[in-house]
Amino acid sequence: MEMRFVWQHLYLVGVACVFTTIIGLVLGATAYIFKFVRPTILWVVDIMQTIPVLALLGIIMIAFGATSTTVIIGIVLYSLLPVVRNTYTGLENIDPGIKEAAKGMGMTKLQRLFRVELPLSFPIVFTGIRIAVVTSIGTAVFGAVVGGGGLGSTISRAILIQDMTTLMQATLTLMAMAIIFDFGMGYVEKRLNAR
Amino acid sequence: MVSVFLENENDAIDREELYMIVYENVSKKYNDVTVVDNLSLTINDGEFVVLIGPSGCGKTTTLKLINKLIKMDEGTISIDDKNIMNIDAVELRRKIGYVIQQIGLFPNMTIEENISVVPKLLKWSKEKCHQRVCELLELVNMPYEENAKKYPNELSGGQQQRIGVLRALAGEPPIILMDEPFGALDPITRENLQDELKVLQKKLHKTIIFVTHDMDEAVNMADKIVFMSKGKVLQVASPEEMLNKPADPIISNFLGKLSFSPNGNDLTCADVMKKKVLIVPETKKTLECVALMKKRELNSAVVVDVNDKFKGAVTIENIREHGKPGEMISKILDTQIETVMITTNAKEAFDKLIETKADYLVVLDRDKTVAGIITGSSMTKALASVVWGEEN
Ligand SMILES: Nc1ncnc2c1ncn2[C@@H]1O[C@H](COP(=O)(O)OP(=O)(O)OP(=O)(O)O)[C@@H](O)[C@H]1O
Ligand SMILES: [Mg+2]
Repeated sequence: MEMRFVWQHLYLVGVACVFTTIIGLVLGATAYIFKFVRPTILWVVDIMQTIPVLALLGIIMIAFGATSTTVIIGIVLYSLLPVVRNTYTGLENIDPGIKEAAKGMGMTKLQRLFRVELPLSFPIVFTGIRIAVVTSIGTAVFGAVVGGGGLGSTISRAILIQDMTTLMQATLTLMAMAIIFDFGMGYVEKRLNAR
Repeated sequence: MVSVFLENENDAIDREELYMIVYENVSKKYNDVTVVDNLSLTINDGEFVVLIGPSGCGKTTTLKLINKLIKMDEGTISIDDKNIMNIDAVELRRKIGYVIQQIGLFPNMTIEENISVVPKLLKWSKEKCHQRVCELLELVNMPYEENAKKYPNELSGGQQQRIGVLRALAGEPPIILMDEPFGALDPITRENLQDELKVLQKKLHKTIIFVTHDMDEAVNMADKIVFMSKGKVLQVASPEEMLNKPADPIISNFLGKLSFSPNGNDLTCADVMKKKVLIVPETKKTLECVALMKKRELNSAVVVDVNDKFKGAVTIENIREHGKPGEMISKILDTQIETVMITTNAKEAFDKLIETKADYLVVLDRDKTVAGIITGSSMTKALASVVWGEEN
């Protein structure tokens, strides 16, 4: 098994998760602030997850070809749900007393969002990001189909040439990755919640 | 005439101006239910006005109309002769302090940051914000060094609400709205905060509109009580007047419900005494004792011996005149203080208070420890139930 593919995999997941976080926060906050787009946003991110990954990648490939861009977009769309949902829920569930105080003191909507509401919902948002990262590690495996590289390619080649050793190695590496991120970020989450 | 809402902070807080709040025929409906019904009311500059009435009568709604947290359907409210409809809501709120029952301190900010929220919104300089925080913490005897860097969850409920009040005062607003600010606190903390707020208001000359459904609290604090029922104002009067001449059976009923006993004559000292008393051991040095009194804004203290048994009292004047620095207060103790037992009938105690022309009586427990004091204002407190007693 070549290490190159491990790094490639991590790269796909990393880049995708940066975008997932940014887009997820924006969509979640938009759903919170603007009542009229709320159902649409929550519905769309929900639906996104019901589309099979392979079909989703196929559709994106029509526009972006068999590149890593296609894989990254696929991962982002597929892992948005937890970040959007948690951002929205986190903002929605802030103590109404705190919200009312912020409003009554003369903060504008954006000041309230950035100075009070987002900082307070950050622990919940972070949980969403953790779930997104762990899901992405699995989703990225499908990237091999559209030529995105990563451990998906290692696995599909190993299956083709019936190389059991490499197959096991790649699978275990993927599992280890997911577990490490899950635990590591889970630890940070505990610290955040303890505050 | 200079408006409250000028850009320049110095002009805005010029106390020469009158910040009268005038409600004219204000109504608010939710669906088809009228919760504020054609309400007209004038609140004068520097006045401590308490809105009181049964739950759901529209107190909170009436209050929140002022800072536009709720929009009225009909009528006008003007502050300083300016219709609030013509003032931007965000600008308006920065000029009106707001304190709520849930306190609502921002848990992600330190005490200092919490207090400086409005000054920062008003774009005060860093130094000015810092100075303001120090000055405000001083006002409530919470030293800057000990408290400013703490987070709200490290403070007690009473301390948190003190900060809530300071945060409302921080931008030097001429008007402060308070919606049951002490409702969630235990009775003793509550009484302390009431006294502190009263002192603050006298000192700072703010217009305060305070919502409560506790008649004791209203009587304790108000210059003017506004009694509401079903969205209408039933009576506007001073505390004494309202207790003596309630304008409506609903009001006398409400006063009655708050009484301690079914009959005014059955009240004992325990029911009417103030529990907030400064008690010092007789071995305390004079200067320490003065410092304690100053901190609590009291001018006298009750003195006890090592076993907590009542010995006498000292006043600040007394220490100033006769005390020498470093001397124990037992030397200058006034032992000729009138006392009553905690089980004594309240009427008897009041008679004694009037007869002896004393400022206060010390209430003792059976074991001669100090339970509280009875002052003139304890009598007002008791009046509520006496009114009720007459009704029957
Ligand atoms: N957003 C709302 N929608 C519908 N009805 C409301 C709303 N807010 C308040 N009400 C109703 O308006 C009436 C007055 O409410 P308000 O909060 O002003 O009462 P209050 O005097 O402050 O009562 P409390 O002492 O319980 O705080 C109540 O009957 C309440 O149920
Ligand atoms: Mg209310």
